[in-house]
Parts: sequence; structure tokens; C-alpha cells
Amino acid sequence: MNFEEVISQFNEIFIDVLENDDIVLERETTAKDIEEWDSLNHIQLVVEIERHFKLRFTSSEIQSFKNVGEMCDAIVAKLQ
Amino acid sequence: MDFNTLRKKAKGLELSNGKSVIKVAILANHASQFLAKALEYQGVINELNLEIYEADFDQIESSILNPSSGLYEFSPDFVYISYSSRKLIPKFYDLSVEDRRVFAKKFVEDVNGLAQMLKERSDCQVIISNLEPINDNIYGSISHKVDSSLYHQINKSNLLLEELCTQSLHIHLADVQSLITRVGLENAFSPQHYVNSNLAFSIDFTVSIAEQLVQMLLAFTGRINKCLILDLDNTLWGGIIGDDGIENIEIGDLGIGKAFSDLQRWVKQLKERGIILAVCSKNREEVAKEPFEKHPEMILKLEDIAVFVANWSNKADNIRYIQEVLNIGFDSMVFIDDNPVERDIVLSELPEVTVPDLPEDPAEYLPFLVRMNLFETTTYSENDSDRTRQYQEEAKRKNLSKSFTDMSTFLASLKMKGFFGPFNDFDVPRIAQLTQRSNQFNLRTIRYTESEITDIRNSETDHGFVVKLSDKFGDYGLISILIAQERNHEELFLDTWIMSCRVLERGVEHFVMNYLVERTKSLGFKWIVGEYLPTKKNMLVKNHYENLGFKREDELWYLELEKFSPFDVYIQSAES
Repeated sequence: MNFEEVISQFNEIFIDVLENDDIVLERETTAKDIEEWDSLNHIQLVVEIERHFKLRFTSSEIQSFKNVGEMCDAIVAKLQ
Repeated sequence: MDFNTLRKKAKGLELSNGKSVIKVAILANHASQFLAKALEYQGVINELNLEIYEADFDQIESSILNPSSGLYEFSPDFVYISYSSRKLIPKFYDLSVEDRRVFAKKFVEDVNGLAQMLKERSDCQVIISNLEPINDNIYGSISHKVDSSLYHQINKSNLLLEELCTQSLHIHLADVQSLITRVGLENAFSPQHYVNSNLAFSIDFTVSIAEQLVQMLLAFTGRINKCLILDLDNTLWGGIIGDDGIENIEIGDLGIGKAFSDLQRWVKQLKERGIILAVCSKNREEVAKEPFEKHPEMILKLEDIAVFVANWSNKADNIRYIQEVLNIGFDSMVFIDDNPVERDIVLSELPEVTVPDLPEDPAEYLPFLVRMNLFETTTYSENDSDRTRQYQEEAKRKNLSKSFTDMSTFLASLKMKGFFGPFNDFDVPRIAQLTQRSNQFNLRTIRYTESEITDIRNSETDHGFVVKLSDKFGDYGLISILIAQERNHEELFLDTWIMSCRVLERGVEHFVMNYLVERTKSLGFKWIVGEYLPTKKNMLVKNHYENLGFKREDELWYLELEKFSPFDVYIQSAES
């Protein structure tokens, strides 16, 4: 799966969990850009992403993601 | 169900108006935000109007000890205390070996101290979760033998918590341990989210904890199942009795009979606990009854069944008939049937009845039904197990009443004996149960717990009365309760008047009034004041006070004791 495919599936998950249909994710998008993306919802997002892609992030990955792009890169790498 | 699915299921649901608020406080030694969310969602789905308060992270003790904490300001009805073993581990490791040996004892003593303080300051019910069993494997498989091991002390804590709950009326156990047994510790816990966010339970597991809590809260508010209605062919036994004949139905050792025998054993235990059993089957009655009478391996017998309906009519109509005989709400009935078509008919015509979506394989019936926890309750009293006999006696009375044309002759022929007296300790569980279970003959529908009933019993200004009744067919036991409060020197207010619908139209209200007036006069009052608070279910007593001669003033009903003349009754007074 390539980056574009991953980020578009991410987008679906974000819309679903954050209940905001207007979300359009880009590589540089961070929690500051999306009002609903608080620390609590971040955990939910992580859980749903893990469920969707059937993989696990490590605890430091979860802490250190700086933006959507890094999360997607991590997925792409794990899926290879 | 996972957390996200629960969230979506709750979204968009709205509570119907008029549901009273239940205030629940969550105190945890771990991050509880997801638990609070899950509880909120489960509440909405189950039509509970919950208001949830979350204490700050790891502030169990200080919230309770500090009298001006946010917890007391919130004034909770229920306090849920959740200790996670995982958070206790560092403290445990800091203890000396001697202190480790008494860890469980001390932990539960502390919990008890906190619960007592809560009770004194806030008069709430305390729900304490037991500890998740974590074996740190420091002692490998001999942890059980080493009484200073973590695992040994966790298990001991859970046993002691259970004992504490059997002794204290206002402390209840939320059995997180059994939930973990079901899903496995690995699914209940996510190391990543624990390390990052102090979540002692995975967010999906909070759904299960919240489900269990909501089941307890539903029972506390009187929403419980009282009756189990059973289909027969391929539900209670394998095969079709009308086609296969008594010797070929699968039960006991024949075919997959064990699945059905085990189910019957469980159903029999429910009956012993006080759940009313009814049969609803498409069959000829004598054919349907034959296995109950003659099959040596049938565990359920005819005398276990309060109402037996076997005919070819629509099952929804038959359940309506069962409801009429038993006089309980549809929402307290569970119907089990292997046939999805029959289930659909009942569900669509009687949406209040609980109709489990039984799995196809009979081997899965019992585990599936057990998992649903259909018969949650908050109290148990020993006369619950007599209930089937009471309903069978009622059927005999119904037959007798048909042979009389005149009501008073019928009532006289019953040779009733009644007792009216104050609350006593022995009756406390039954009294609390009546307040929680009665919906129809219930003037104000105030629910009480056992500890609150004990408080009323010991109070100087509240007066609780019980009424017991028997007749020539049997003993009804405790069938009515009243709680009266002194409003001022002249007026006694009836906070609660509840009567079991089994004794409607026996003149019990008149019997009660005669005694109540006498008692109220002797206490020096001049007026009895009553109130009717309408609910969906208590239309029956809409005109109760009017019928008894009370006069209405604004929303209240007044009876002047001087003007009261005793009613004629057909109930002889008994000592107890």
C-alpha cells in the first residue's frame, strides 16, 4: 500500500472518529489544525487505525508522531 | 463491541423525557476518561439518564476524605471506585515481606473505611470493582503458595472484597475479574496506552465494564426481568415432540441432549431464585405436557411452570395471556425460542419483551444466555423461591372466584388473615425489593435500597409498615408496605404506599386504612396526607386516595382522622 492509499483511508477514519465530515488530511496536518483532535481522541484514532490496518504502533511512536504524514509513513513501512 | 461501535450506536439517540437523573461518580487510580465516555454511551443506549462525575486522576482517597471535594458537591447517587492492580504494584513492591502478607487485609479495610465515610457524608451506594488478576511471575507457578506474592494478595483481596459486600448493604461489587476472564487479560489491557496515558484498561474493554455497571444501575432503578417464557421443541429439548414422540426427543444422553439438559438445569436454578417460568409452545397441550410428566430425564417438571400455554395461536397473543395471568410488565419478561420467525413476531408485536437472538447451535444456547446476564438483581430474599407456588395458588383462587357471583361471599370464603405492623430487620430485603420491583400499585415510585430501609426503620420521624396476608390456599407473605413521614405535629405524609398486584381486590387497602388511621391517631396526628405521582405504569392507583375518602387540595390528598369511619373488611387480624 502506498502513501496516497494510506492517507485516504486515514481520512475516512478521522472523519468517522472525530465526527467531522470536512476533514481533509494532508502530509503536514497536525492536531492543531483539527479542533476535535485532542489527546483523548488521539488515542481513539490510534486504536481505530491499528484495527483498520491490523497492526500495532509502539508506545514511543504514538508519542512522537508530529503530523499525519509521519503516521502514514509508519504504516507504509510496517505493511511492507 | 468495540469502543468506536458503541460510540456510533449511542450517537443520535435521545433520552425520552421524564427519566429521573442518576448521578454516578467515577473514582479511579487510573485514567478513567474512556470509562466515563463508555458509561455515558451505555446509559443512552439503555435509556438511563446518567449524570457522570469524574474525579481527577488517582484521587480516590482525597476525593472521599476531603469533605469539600467536588465529589460531595456533585452529591452522587452511586460512587464507582476502580482500583487497578497495575497501579498498586509499585506500592506493593515497596512493602516489607511482613506487610505484603497483610496487604489484602489492609487494602480491603481501607476500602471499607472509605465506603463508610461515603455513606456518612453522602448517603450513596458504593460500587467497588475487584482487582484484575495479574501474576507478575516472580515466584512462577508457586505464587499461589507464597503468601507474600502479588498474585496471592490480589486473589485474597478479591475474596475479602466479596465478603465485605455480603456484610455491607450499601457496598456492591463490580466483577471486573469475571469480565477479564471472558475476554482475556491481553484484550483488556494495552501496554502502549498504559505507558502513554495511564489507561489501565484498553479502551475497548471499558465498553464491557460500562455494560456491567449499567446492568447494575438498571436493576437498582427497578428495571429487572422477572419471568422467563420458554418455547419447547428444539428449545427445551431436541426434536419435535408431536412428530418424534416422547422416546425420541433429545435430552439427557440421547443425541445432543446434554445441551438441553444443561439449559434446563440452569432454568431450574433461576426458578429456585424466584424467576417465574412460563411455557409458550405451538403444540397440543397434552402432547406438550407429556415429557414434563413422564420423561425420566426432564429436569423441569410441571410444578416448576407457573403458566403453561400450548396451543396453535399466535405466540404474541399467548404472551399477552401470560402477562395477564401474572400481572407483571412486558418489559420484565424474557422469551426464548429457537425459531427466528416466532421471535420476530413477538418482538414486533411486543417490543418491550426481551427476546434473545438465540444462536443456531443448541450447544451455544446456554453460554449465550448466561453471557447476556438477563436476570440482574440487587437484592435476594429467601421467599423469592416461593414465587412459582404463589402464582399457582393464584390460579386456584381464580378458579374459585368464577363459582361465586357475589364478591363479598367470595372474599369471605377465602378466610383471609392479615398482619399490619412496623418494619423489622428480618423483612428489610423484601421491603427494599418491593420498592424496587413494584411499578403498578405504587403511589410515588420511590426506590429504596436495603440500607435506606434500615435507616427508615431506625428513624424517629419516619414510620414504616408492612402488611402480610394469607388465605386458605396459602401464604402470600409480605405484600404491602407503607412509609410515612412526620410533616409537622398534625400531618403524617405517605411517602410510599406499595402493594403487590397479586392481592388486588381483596380489600387489603381497607384493612390497611383501618390500622393506619388507628396507628396515626395513637401517634397524635390529625391528618394523613397522600400524593399520587403518575408514571407510565401506575395508572391503576390514579384514584386510590379518592376511593379511600381522601379530599384533594392542590396536588395532595388529605384525610381528616376524626371523620374516618372504619371500612368493612374480610380479613381477620393475625399476630404475624
